[in-house]
Amino acid sequence: MSNIIIQMKNIEKYFGSVIALAGVSVDIQAGECHCLLGDNGAGKSTFIKTMSGVHKPTKGMIVFEGQAMNFANPRDAITAGIATVHQHLGMIPLMSVSRNFFMGNEPIKKFGPIKMFDHDYANDVAMAEMLKMGINLRSPDQAVGTLSGGERQTVAIARAVHFGAKVLILDEPTSALGVRQTANVLATIDKVRKQGIAVVFITHNVRHAMAVGDRFTVLNRGKTLGTALKGEITPEELQDMMAGGQEMAALEGSLGGTV
Amino acid sequence: MSDVSNGDERIKTTSKFRQALMRPELGGMVGTVAVFVFFGLFAFDSGMFNSQGVMNWSVVSAQFMIIAVGACLLMIAGEFDLSVGSMIGFAGMMIAIFGVTLGWPMWIAILITFVICVAFGALNGYIVVTTGLPSFIVTLATLFILRGFTIFIPQTLERKTIIGGIREAAEGDWLAPIFGGEIGEPIFVWLGDRGIINVFERGNRAGEPVVNGIPMLIVWALGLVIIGHFLLTRTRFGNWVFAAGGDADAARNAGVPVNAVKIKMFMFTAFCATVFAVCQVMEFGSAGADRGILKEFEAIIAVVIGGALLTGGYGSVIGAALGALIFGVVQQGLFFANVESSLFRVFLGVILLAAVILNTYIRRTITGER
Repeated sequence: MSNIIIQMKNIEKYFGSVIALAGVSVDIQAGECHCLLGDNGAGKSTFIKTMSGVHKPTKGMIVFEGQAMNFANPRDAITAGIATVHQHLGMIPLMSVSRNFFMGNEPIKKFGPIKMFDHDYANDVAMAEMLKMGINLRSPDQAVGTLSGGERQTVAIARAVHFGAKVLILDEPTSALGVRQTANVLATIDKVRKQGIAVVFITHNVRHAMAVGDRFTVLNRGKTLGTALKGEITPEELQDMMAGGQEMAALEGSLGGTV
Repeated sequence: MSDVSNGDERIKTTSKFRQALMRPELGGMVGTVAVFVFFGLFAFDSGMFNSQGVMNWSVVSAQFMIIAVGACLLMIAGEFDLSVGSMIGFAGMMIAIFGVTLGWPMWIAILITFVICVAFGALNGYIVVTTGLPSFIVTLATLFILRGFTIFIPQTLERKTIIGGIREAAEGDWLAPIFGGEIGEPIFVWLGDRGIINVFERGNRAGEPVVNGIPMLIVWALGLVIIGHFLLTRTRFGNWVFAAGGDADAARNAGVPVNAVKIKMFMFTAFCATVFAVCQVMEFGSAGADRGILKEFEAIIAVVIGGALLTGGYGSVIGAALGALIFGVVQQGLFFANVESSLFRVFLGVILLAAVILNTYIRRTITGER
């Protein structure tokens, strides 16, 4: 497993006097699920926004498929094959699944000089892609608003995969979901990884990370505490690294279990 | 674990009735049927359904339809335009100034008016998307600015606020009949000869049909409805309109040029208002500084009756057209039925409230909000 698709080298990012990232290096491999863990404010969001072209790094380098990249905006990153599924999804509840699926990438059917939205194609593809992810839609005309949170995440993931994502960044996809829906989303992540796509899974839930992760990188106060392989590290160690050690252990002692 | 969504026993299968309720046009369809049944029962003998009567409410409905199509697409894109009424007055006045006061050929006057008004629409849109202010406020400002010019310009140039002589100035012009003419005369003559529609019985037009053609106004209305509906439901741009109004940020993330879509919709709304104005001045033969007052609200009401959400992202051009039809039929029908016309406003208020409540319910059902 050494087919590295994207390398983040010594990324530093300052916002005015605030140091959000103080030299973070991570490499992501194709076909792996790389979990990025960290507490609130650890710099996870800044880091993935740098990776997806929203922020420019103050210092450091992004190497994508062997070439140094300088993304001017998220569009560049998406074109290169880095797709982000945000916490807030980027789905429009009042629109149908197939209209959402092809939003911004509508298939066109030419009718003389008139270019029409090819609804038949869009409906077929949306249904097929959702079925691949294990979700059987009632109808492609179903409004996204009628789907559960997990199903919406799956639509967003399926959409990114269909449009050729090589790196799929998932920003806390499970944080607002119930147990079963979380399991569904984790299963989807597994399917995506098996297609050879690199998944960057951001979470602060160690159990969710352990369930699908191949490698784990912990961020704390804008720094990495290194990357660990699956099996090399226990959930307790990860938890400690995220929280920064001592006081957490004391808290857990008083609460009687892993938080 | 992946077959959960296949059959969640807690989700009731939605009935056909509820699925039908999800169509934005439904309210408009039910309302249209109700209105025709009502006037069919209570005003059938009043002349409302003979050829003049039908033409009467068809023309009024077509007027509403023209501005409702623009307002509908703009509302689905997430914005309002309160300057439609002022734009109608302003556009009519510009045609009179260019065509009568300055004496330019009518087709030039019409084309320049279109350019100026659509540019104002673009300006509305540009200010809204660049400042991020609610379109409500921005177009309220335009409402006053345009109305002010509509009064100021003719007063300064002609010392009056109504300019006549447009019909004479348009005589022999090639473009003016496209707005002020009629089509289908032979059909009406044929119908009149066979006694299917009324003909004049006396006078120098004896034997000619009372209604001798379909005004171009109606052709424009139907044309705009068809184009608007096609654009919204069958094209890529239509998907962008829904997306821009549904959630502008999500749409931007997906690469939809939200700002351009919104500006274009403001321009289209201005275009519709100008079509309305040109048809009106050609029909009346004059332009008045008070034309079009309150039209912006009538357009919005027609759109809301037609099932569009005030918050954007949901609606239908066909629904808006039906809303305009209900509007026109009721307004003229009350006149035929000899009902005090002020009651029309009461009706309007009640039906508006009912439509908004129904639309909100539909929205909640779709998005699962509680």
